[in-house]
Amino acid sequence: MTDHPRDPSLPSRLAAYRKQLDCRFPWVGEVFSDCIAKASARLGPAGVSAYVDAARVLCKLGRGEEPVLIFLEEWPDVGAALGDGTLEMVMQMVQFMQRTPNGNAIGGFLQTLAPVSRTLLSREQLGHYLNTLRDMMERTTGSIHGHHQTHPSPGLPELLRQAPTLLQSLTVDGLRNWVDYGVRNYLHHPERQKDFFSLQSADSRAVLQRERHGTLLADVERKLDLYLRGLWQDSEVLVPYSTAFATLRTPQPYYDALGMRLPDVLDDLPGVSALDHYRAILAHMVGHRRWSIPQTADNWSPFQRMAVEFFEDARIDTLLIRTYPGLRAILLALHPKPAEGACDPETTSCLRHRLAMLSRALLDPEHGYRNPVLHDFVGRFHRELAGGNADTPTMARLALDYVTTTRRQSDQFAKVHFADTEISYRDDNRGLWRFIESGDEEEAFDAEQRKSPDLETQGLPPRHYPEWDYQSQSYRPDWVSLYEGLHASAAAATIDQLLLKHAALAKHLKRLLDLLKPQDKVRIRYQEEGSELDLDVALRSWIDFKSGSTPDPRINMSHRTAGRDIAVTLLLDLSESLNEPVKTGGGDGQTVLQLSQEAVSLLAWSIEQLGDPLAIAGFNSNTRHEVRYLHIKGFSEPWGDAVKGRLAALQAGYSTRMGAAMRHAGHYLAARKADKKLMLVLTDGRPSDVDVQDDRLLIEDARQAVKELDRDGIFTYCISLDPHADAYVADIFGRQYTVIDHIARLPEKLPELFIALTR
Amino acid sequence: MTAPDSSILNQYLVGKEPFYQPQHDEVALFEAAYRRRLPVMVKGPTGCGKSRFVEFMAWRLGMPLVTVACNEDMTAADLVGRWLLDKDGTRWQDGPLTVAARYGAICYLDEIVEARQDTTVVIHPLTDHRRTLPLDKKGELIRAHPDFQLVISYNPGYQSLMKDLKQSTKQRFTGFEFDYPNAELEAGILVQETGVAPSIAAQLVAVAATARRLKGHGLDEGISTRLLVYAAMLMDDGVAPRAACRMALVQPITDDADIRATLEHAIDMAFA
Repeated sequence: MTDHPRDPSLPSRLAAYRKQLDCRFPWVGEVFSDCIAKASARLGPAGVSAYVDAARVLCKLGRGEEPVLIFLEEWPDVGAALGDGTLEMVMQMVQFMQRTPNGNAIGGFLQTLAPVSRTLLSREQLGHYLNTLRDMMERTTGSIHGHHQTHPSPGLPELLRQAPTLLQSLTVDGLRNWVDYGVRNYLHHPERQKDFFSLQSADSRAVLQRERHGTLLADVERKLDLYLRGLWQDSEVLVPYSTAFATLRTPQPYYDALGMRLPDVLDDLPGVSALDHYRAILAHMVGHRRWSIPQTADNWSPFQRMAVEFFEDARIDTLLIRTYPGLRAILLALHPKPAEGACDPETTSCLRHRLAMLSRALLDPEHGYRNPVLHDFVGRFHRELAGGNADTPTMARLALDYVTTTRRQSDQFAKVHFADTEISYRDDNRGLWRFIESGDEEEAFDAEQRKSPDLETQGLPPRHYPEWDYQSQSYRPDWVSLYEGLHASAAAATIDQLLLKHAALAKHLKRLLDLLKPQDKVRIRYQEEGSELDLDVALRSWIDFKSGSTPDPRINMSHRTAGRDIAVTLLLDLSESLNEPVKTGGGDGQTVLQLSQEAVSLLAWSIEQLGDPLAIAGFNSNTRHEVRYLHIKGFSEPWGDAVKGRLAALQAGYSTRMGAAMRHAGHYLAARKADKKLMLVLTDGRPSDVDVQDDRLLIEDARQAVKELDRDGIFTYCISLDPHADAYVADIFGRQYTVIDHIARLPEKLPELFIALTR
Repeated sequence: MTAPDSSILNQYLVGKEPFYQPQHDEVALFEAAYRRRLPVMVKGPTGCGKSRFVEFMAWRLGMPLVTVACNEDMTAADLVGRWLLDKDGTRWQDGPLTVAARYGAICYLDEIVEARQDTTVVIHPLTDHRRTLPLDKKGELIRAHPDFQLVISYNPGYQSLMKDLKQSTKQRFTGFEFDYPNAELEAGILVQETGVAPSIAAQLVAVAATARRLKGHGLDEGISTRLLVYAAMLMDDGVAPRAACRMALVQPITDDADIRATLEHAIDMAFA
């Protein structure tokens, strides 16, 4: 495994965890230590223990090691993002799947959990997502004789595969509607059900489009963040809550120590865009944070508290409008305007209605209400605020007075007038109240804070890369785990000897390189002192002088050898096939690996002569869970003993998962500031891996990787040593490849090729 | 040493009093520095009134002001002077720095970091106890006129590795740090400069405050007082407030759609 340094106490704990895991799958054993290192950096001791327990359960399910591996790799991210408590929910889901014929989909479920959790952002949302899945499973799992479910759900694996993509454009609510449509229409057509859930059928896409509506918080988050900073000098974490699953009452925005909670999606309303609606909600919360003082609630009745809230909210809004007069239009457009006679006090409790009218009248000078008591209180309210900001206790006194003045027997009625009394931009005012006898509120129980990932990750955690699935024309998100590390080292002298052996070739190359150098001369004009007279400028200067104006004295020019600005990455395929001896003549029993070593040494030497930054890395893979990327030379590292030592230690083994390695090399190369970026891929066979049966899959993935690199301005070029490469190499690299049939000549071919490419 | 043609400096005199609103005690401090002829460096974000301050001080002290806008292509000869060909042979032409040092003026090097570092070292001998300027090409050593003072300005906000002053240059100057004036003063400046109504000036300043808080969150630099003056001028000429603000305050400073949306919202909020 990768040999990065670890927390000193880790090995002892690791042994304990291994015992706790009690799982004999060989690969699990191999990746376990890395996974534990990552998990203990993100989850905390209790979390890690639960994590290991869960892995143990998965191990005993009898579904092979795939689910265990996926879980071990993915969970630390999910757990850190959503909090530890979610593990239980997920494991319940797994157990549920295990009991049904859908057990085979457990791997798929766990696989997409990480990307899904990144879009869901909160625990409740995850719960809704799981319920949607469970519901779908229950309805689509087939039964033959009526009682027992025997056939797995045909659409479930597809749904799981698509979930990350879907959730990027849908809310959880939208996803539920979409799934519901699919289940209803294709319950008895397994094949068409699959098409629907893999987003291949036309109506599947149409329903998806339909469900996507409103302005998502995620889309405007940056605008809102800028709004808070710019207009209110405030900043806060914005947390979405789902508005779709609440059946009893619509949730209201609120804020607490963990952030400001906003609806996950809002629709445009007449006169107010969804964005402005969000801004109004934020402004109101900021107003509370700025101007409200929490009040002791125990001695007041619910009616009194409600009145205090209405008065205090109106005060906050008034102060907001005082700061930004333009806000009035937005707030009034969002504030309901209850009709004066809409509530019948004989049969209904009208307190809410009275307060909503009052609240409207406090903000809207043209409210048009005729009630004298209302006018009286509006006047008193404005007098209180005339001199300054007033404060919460003042509002409370006013509110209590109002309740007393307008009290009616009917206020106690169970039937409450709600129409036009809910003000959508105001939060639920939980911050306004302090209860002396606290402790039995719901929040007190789950007040446990989320742990921040404060521990520095030991060594490098695996990086996840997507893989292109040509059949569905989509990426499988986070499909490949890539571990990177420094290549082991051996005696540098070996490489020096190789170079000595090719001394004649080196001399020849040196001539070529010298030819390459002088070509990039650049003329620098307008110099006061230079190597030659620039006649054009000199004449102009002379004319200037003759005509009496100031002549330009910079009449010389000189030359400068412009530095070549090419960054090169050489990516070596270190798969098992490199160990084969070279068959064609001249190789005297050398393996391909040894020849590659010679070739790479010569190339590195040549590039060093030219001064271009060069990085060398090797890769091989052992299933998608373990792609290794080994650094042999860094861009700024000189061609010295350390590099030669690593090159001398090259070893070949395992398979060739090319796409992930190219993406990883590309992300380093893209960060270089060079005019031209070149990635040379030296390989001896087709992309393949032991866990992939489909020959085309990895070829198509590599082709996609080349396209991605091309988009980032990186020129890829393949040097293939496979005599049968013609069958596929053009598919991957287009015309940017060379097949070297006579492998023994690789050492001289490779540098020549490079020179030709960069001339 | 005063040459017969010291009248050359008359064109550099600041004729009319420039409007300058003091923020703190910078006027008195500058006068104190001038009394001892200490070199002065004026720092601050763009458009906050650095050049206006120097112009004002030159007027107040009754000194000619030789201004050089520095740029990347400027050579030491552009500051010091050079030999020119003449019908009689060659003739020496003083550069602006030499003129100021020879005849006694305030020499103001604006945005000095724009000049290359090897150019700026020519001011070193003028800025310490020597107060001399060697003209090596001419073989002359100018002793600075008793009235001569050197003032430089720069904007530390560039945050570029390439654009900073050497320590050896920085440590020859006394410094003023300028920032945008506080809201009341800035509104007062707008009223004074453009004749716009005080209420509108306050609204403009509120919009500027929004942008200045976004500095570092996608904006390199906040809205300067100079841009506010432009906006006020446009509005004074009858342009609608929102259009004027969009033209003068939003479009010049950002191409980022999110920031533009936020600033435009701030304008809507301020001009109700």
